[in-house]
Amino acid sequence: MRYRARLAAQGAAIGLVALLFILLAWSLLHDKGGDLSKQANRGERPTAPDFALERLDRDGELQLSSLRGKAVVLNVWASWCIPCKEEAPYLEQVWRSNRGRDLVVLGLDAKDFRADARRFAGRFGLTFPLVYDGPGDAIGDYGVTGFPETFVIDREGRVVRAFAGAVNGENERAELHDAIEDALS
Amino acid sequence: MRLGLFAAVGALVLVVTGAALAAPPNAADLEAEIVCPVCETTLDQSNAPIAEKIKTFIRVRIAAGDSEQEIKDALVAEFGEGVLAQPPGGGFGLLAWLLPLTALVVGAVVVALLVRTWSRRRVAEADENAPLDPELERLVDEELARFDG
Repeated sequence: MRYRARLAAQGAAIGLVALLFILLAWSLLHDKGGDLSKQANRGERPTAPDFALERLDRDGELQLSSLRGKAVVLNVWASWCIPCKEEAPYLEQVWRSNRGRDLVVLGLDAKDFRADARRFAGRFGLTFPLVYDGPGDAIGDYGVTGFPETFVIDREGRVVRAFAGAVNGENERAELHDAIEDALS
Repeated sequence: MRLGLFAAVGALVLVVTGAALAAPPNAADLEAEIVCPVCETTLDQSNAPIAEKIKTFIRVRIAAGDSEQEIKDALVAEFGEGVLAQPPGGGFGLLAWLLPLTALVVGAVVVALLVRTWSRRRVAEADENAPLDPELERLVDEELARFDG
């Protein structure tokens, strides 16, 4: 009887450890983290995680998958992020100069106050669509660890290229231009 | 006399409770209860730009006469439930309170069972060393004497 009880206790302990291992493996497998950027920059074109977020520039929501068929430059920013201030006018320029080419620049403001984000958009005269992710849930799926980050998404909803940090230098801007052409092709 | 005393105590309780309810929230207390959404520490331990913005927000709302709950609700509306250092008492947040308590109760039950098992084992061992019944001892002695003989 005592032997059986001990056996049952050992079985339960082994089962618990196995369960923890399974949870760990599941978490590792489902943790897209920085892998999305790495995969994109290796040319693997991972699927861009879909999201539906509240719009900042008008009422309603915008779902990323609703832009399927167009190329998207998804820029993750926040009003308190200093490099974002330098990058914003350039992104507005990209939006304006490519509007007739099925390219959408989409600003995703995260971990920020809505009012601050709207002031930022007004200050820099941003006219491209803006969505709001205060808790940062959507950017977690993209493995965003800093601000700003930019993802170029092709017409099929796959990430072509990811940029960590502001696209401010000449090289980065040339790379963004190439990625946009790639996404549009 | 006794009625008067009850009335006085009751009035005092009402005054103290009323004063506590009417007192404006303390910014330092709130900063220890709100998490910086970027660095994941409480505001009082962070000087990240967004943490500083939230601290300013809290001070402005206190000055405007908002209660602690109103300020927390406003922050949750911007940053989600994760902005609260303590999980909410309802819904999924209830799990964060219940799981440690459940673990504590289960642990206490396991310890109690182990203690009972060990104490029983000791009693059994003590019984093994107890002197035999005199009648049994006489029989054993007789049998041993027979073998020796």
